[in-house]
Amino acid sequence: MSDVIAPLSDKDRIFTNVYGFQDWGIDAAMKRGDWDNTKKLLEIGQDEIIERIKASGLRGRGGAGFPTGMKWSFMPKESKDGRPSFLVINADESEPGSCKDREIVRHDPHKLIEGALIAGFAMRARAAYIYIRGEFIYEAKVLFAAVEQAYEKGFLGKNACGSGYDFDVFVHRGAGAYICGEETAQIESIEGKKGQPRLKPPFPAGAGLYGCPTTVNNVESIAVGPTILRRGSEWFSSFGRENNKGTKLFQISGHVNKPCVVEESMGISFKELIDRHCGGIRGGWDNLLAVIPGGSSVPLVPAAQIMDAPMDFDGLRALGSGLGTAAVIVMDKSTDIVRAISRLSYFYKHESCGQCTPCREGTGWMWRVMERLRSGDADISEIDMLQQVTKQVEGHTICALGDAAAWPIQGLIRHFRPEIERRINENKGSAPVMEAAE
Amino acid sequence: MADAVHIPDEAETRARWGAFAWTAENAEQAKKVIARYPAGRQQSAVMPLLDLAQRQVGAETQTNGWLPVPVMEYIADQLEMPYMRVYEVATFYTMYNLAPVGRYHVQVCGTTPCMLRGSDDVFSACKNKGLVKGGTTPDGLFTLSEVECLGACTNAPMVQINDDNFEDLTYDSMSAILDDLAAGKQPKIGPQIERQTSCPEGGPTTLKEMVSGNHDYRGEWA
Repeated sequence: MSDVIAPLSDKDRIFTNVYGFQDWGIDAAMKRGDWDNTKKLLEIGQDEIIERIKASGLRGRGGAGFPTGMKWSFMPKESKDGRPSFLVINADESEPGSCKDREIVRHDPHKLIEGALIAGFAMRARAAYIYIRGEFIYEAKVLFAAVEQAYEKGFLGKNACGSGYDFDVFVHRGAGAYICGEETAQIESIEGKKGQPRLKPPFPAGAGLYGCPTTVNNVESIAVGPTILRRGSEWFSSFGRENNKGTKLFQISGHVNKPCVVEESMGISFKELIDRHCGGIRGGWDNLLAVIPGGSSVPLVPAAQIMDAPMDFDGLRALGSGLGTAAVIVMDKSTDIVRAISRLSYFYKHESCGQCTPCREGTGWMWRVMERLRSGDADISEIDMLQQVTKQVEGHTICALGDAAAWPIQGLIRHFRPEIERRINENKGSAPVMEAAE
Repeated sequence: MADAVHIPDEAETRARWGAFAWTAENAEQAKKVIARYPAGRQQSAVMPLLDLAQRQVGAETQTNGWLPVPVMEYIADQLEMPYMRVYEVATFYTMYNLAPVGRYHVQVCGTTPCMLRGSDDVFSACKNKGLVKGGTTPDGLFTLSEVECLGACTNAPMVQINDDNFEDLTYDSMSAILDDLAAGKQPKIGPQIERQTSCPEGGPTTLKEMVSGNHDYRGEWA
């Protein structure tokens, strides 16, 4: 089904200190190759940097997979009215299953900060704001300290790295709101408001933070930039399949023997990813029930379909799911699958910002029906009703949180309808429903 | 899940907190925070200042802190914001406590990745020690909350207690952590099993040179 993907060798891994065996500080980071003659990278020139990022095939690592170089190219080349431009780096990692940005921030923060300078320079930004989720308290401490170190070395601030370009990096801590991972909600939050997404247009590249042109990028998209420039676009695009290039941090959680974060080539097959790094599925491969391959917002995929699937954007879209942030949630046969999805519905109910009616009312309604389906206290016709309501929420809200709440339920109904019906029928016959012990 | 928080009586709150002001150290810090944002955009500092204030209230009350209304108004005045705009922010984000909490705020993640790895056992351990969701123990030591994904999914199940994460929990290790805290001891932060951060248990499958030294892979680039 997929092209054979060769195992990634250590020399081609970008995040070499991902587990934090070594110091995150600037001296250790420089010995690993960060901040190595960054001035020379900046001398490549603004437009050429964007061209090289485009040529590398890098697609945004925050979930949507939009080509990063193209996103940078939307920024104005000169300010006609004196407004500065801003780069906002999204470290508000809150998607259930995702925990990669945390590892970058706490163990390899200088890759991110150097990347911020390069990306900010390329898009002619005056400063970068790194928005880190409030619960990452230790991680934020590291990041504040790492930024300070970069200033002390003269890598940031006036005449950054001796390039003649002035660039500042600021850290902004969130305070516990999933929705602030949405780019316009994040901008609102930095402005000191509730994190409620804005209507688009205007898009942030036209009017974003403080009404100025802004690009919002994920941590991983920014942090891989310097290495791509050092090793060349062809190096990065030599990994993965067409249109799905590069290396990627995968985060495997749930019912595998050894959950972990690991950098691998895009397009690695699911089975190989698990066997090579996670010690296999708990209880063996026959015990696999289903997988949520890209964080809670994407539909689940049953065991038989995921086994040989290539883990990249297009490979998983072909299965009706998505790569998202490559947060792989594995569920074995002991899982109460309806409860697992219902818990996600609760998550979206909790995190809805309350701005659009279909989402504010719909997420709570969907969760309550899911809870009844869990115990079987429902009617068979309600499955279709729920499916219909998810379709009414999806696509009818300002941001994608409504869609993200709808998709997991649609995936459950698509693949596990017999299980839902069994619970309802057994409940009708007043036979006791055996709940899996979770 | 502080769905129905009990906010203390207003007169009482104003009497206790009406004269709130930064400590000398925090006043310095507040200035530094405001300087991160462009002139005239000081409203951006509202979130960090609310956090700072909650920590100061915590230090003054020997708890994990909360945000009495007069404290929010103090920040609004400093940032020249309408009070309402500060209340909005404080009520929107879950990390701002709108009612007093205990010495330790035990925030157990209950979202699916943690649920799959046994967050039910973590809640059982809490329940067995007398902690009730949304409530504070009578001795004022522990407040238990169920929170949504805290972004440590490969180290599930996990709990955040005040500023520290405790990961890879079981019923027993969670019980031990609560015992330690109750006895005034500092439990080990991070994974509660033999494991380096998010590395696979038993040692890394990649980048093994990094375990023993700060390896520079550039020499192997071709």
